[in-house]
Amino acid sequence: MIDWEPLFLTFKLALITTLVLLVISIPIAYWLAYSKSKLKPLIETFVSMPLVLPPTVLGFYLLLAFSPSNAFGNWLDEFIGIRLIFTFGGLVIASIIYSLPFMVQPIQSGLESLPKNLKEASYVLGKSRLNTLFKVLLPNIKTSIRTGLVLAFAHTIGEFGVVLMIGGNIPGKTKVASIAIYDEVEALNYDTANWYSLVLLLITFIILLTVYLSNNGAFKGLKK
Amino acid sequence: MIELRLIKNLNTPNGKMELKIDLSIPKGEISTFYGESGAGKTSTFRMIGGLLSPDDGHIVANGDTWWDKSKKINIKPQDRKVGFAFQDHALFPNMTVRQNLEYALKNHQTKKEIDDLLKEMELGELQDKKTDMLSGGQKQRVSLARALVQKPSILLLDEPLSALDNNMRIKLQDFILKFHKENKCTILLISHDIKEIVKLSNKVYVLGNGEIIKSGAPSQIFEQGRVDIVKLEGTIKGIQEKGESYNVSISIGNNTISIPMAREDIKGYSLGDTILVNSKITDTTISKKIKK
Repeated sequence: MIDWEPLFLTFKLALITTLVLLVISIPIAYWLAYSKSKLKPLIETFVSMPLVLPPTVLGFYLLLAFSPSNAFGNWLDEFIGIRLIFTFGGLVIASIIYSLPFMVQPIQSGLESLPKNLKEASYVLGKSRLNTLFKVLLPNIKTSIRTGLVLAFAHTIGEFGVVLMIGGNIPGKTKVASIAIYDEVEALNYDTANWYSLVLLLITFIILLTVYLSNNGAFKGLKK
Repeated sequence: MIELRLIKNLNTPNGKMELKIDLSIPKGEISTFYGESGAGKTSTFRMIGGLLSPDDGHIVANGDTWWDKSKKINIKPQDRKVGFAFQDHALFPNMTVRQNLEYALKNHQTKKEIDDLLKEMELGELQDKKTDMLSGGQKQRVSLARALVQKPSILLLDEPLSALDNNMRIKLQDFILKFHKENKCTILLISHDIKEIVKLSNKVYVLGNGEIIKSGAPSQIFEQGRVDIVKLEGTIKGIQEKGESYNVSISIGNNTISIPMAREDIKGYSLGDTILVNSKITDTTISKKIKK
């Protein structure tokens, strides 16, 4: 019988990461879509860096930053009482940074593709920016939001390098499925590794298929 | 009264253009902006609505300063409280026709007002349809209705009836007149339909190349332009020097006419060019054409 804990931990991590990402990505994407600031290219670069950086580089610097022997890690430890290294909390923060572009970019391009006059029509009707965002803009980019949610979720499930650097391999705390698979292979337990892999393969397949089906309108009839 | 002094550099399809407008639009009247595309009509509307900032000048509406470069005043579009019917409708695709209108409701307004508008605009049957499903003319009616929901004191209508068939157009022209009478609002209209302009507006501003080139009552504007200038197409057949000036022979149809022209006016013209002869008619008679 396989130990379900790593799989459970993986999905818990992916779920929390995705929800937090949704909340923080909307304002970032909104700013990137509409700002004329000179800082925009710089912020866009920072947001997109996890797309091209080896995960181990990101993990390495986060490890340094969070380490209690460094100023920031020490401050977190002493003043707020949080230790992020080798903890689930640390994994969540690392995953958020690692998957940020996967949520921000679809929402940003969704907002950019909307006709400018939707926002303007709402403003001349006296509606605030916030009201316009939630009642007009976001409901018209549902597909982009759904894409962002799924990409961020799937990308977090697929994490390995960052998790290994920052979380290590502590059963029940930081040992997620991708690490468990590596562990089992190292121990030559191919059967168990295969089980973990199969479950991940199947679930990610189902999630992606559901999204693409719904983007193509396959569930339209079911909604009514 | 809306006082406009606007200077704005615009990028138009025909290249860069400086919009320079200085006028006072009377309160409580219907005034129309008329002119070819790219003349700056929609940009002027967008500046009044707060959707585009001028480079210099000021906008004062009914005594309130909405925009002033020197005083650094820029009132948000939300607080200008104008009704704006966009040329390309700008309907919210996530909402039905009814929801588009309800979104515009202010707190103290009731849904009964939406029912009345839907009825007046003959949109009752379409009220539960998403706006993507509508035709161009139907979208235009929803867009006009949405601009009227709040009963604004200043209404900007950018070609609000251009996509409608003749019957509906006449009905809605009457409805705009009725709305104007009941609410005593100031309406600014952009239209290319001379019949419509004459029917609806008290005053016309003709825009050309970013400036007001003419203004006045519609009858004045359109009578002048229509009657006394005639444009005839012809071909240059000869250019003869005559002292300081030139005699240019132009063939128009079966006739050849000769026009004296100054040396600097003839530059750039050569034999065989197809040209337009613009002539002011001062004395006109008509006779029956004799069949050969």
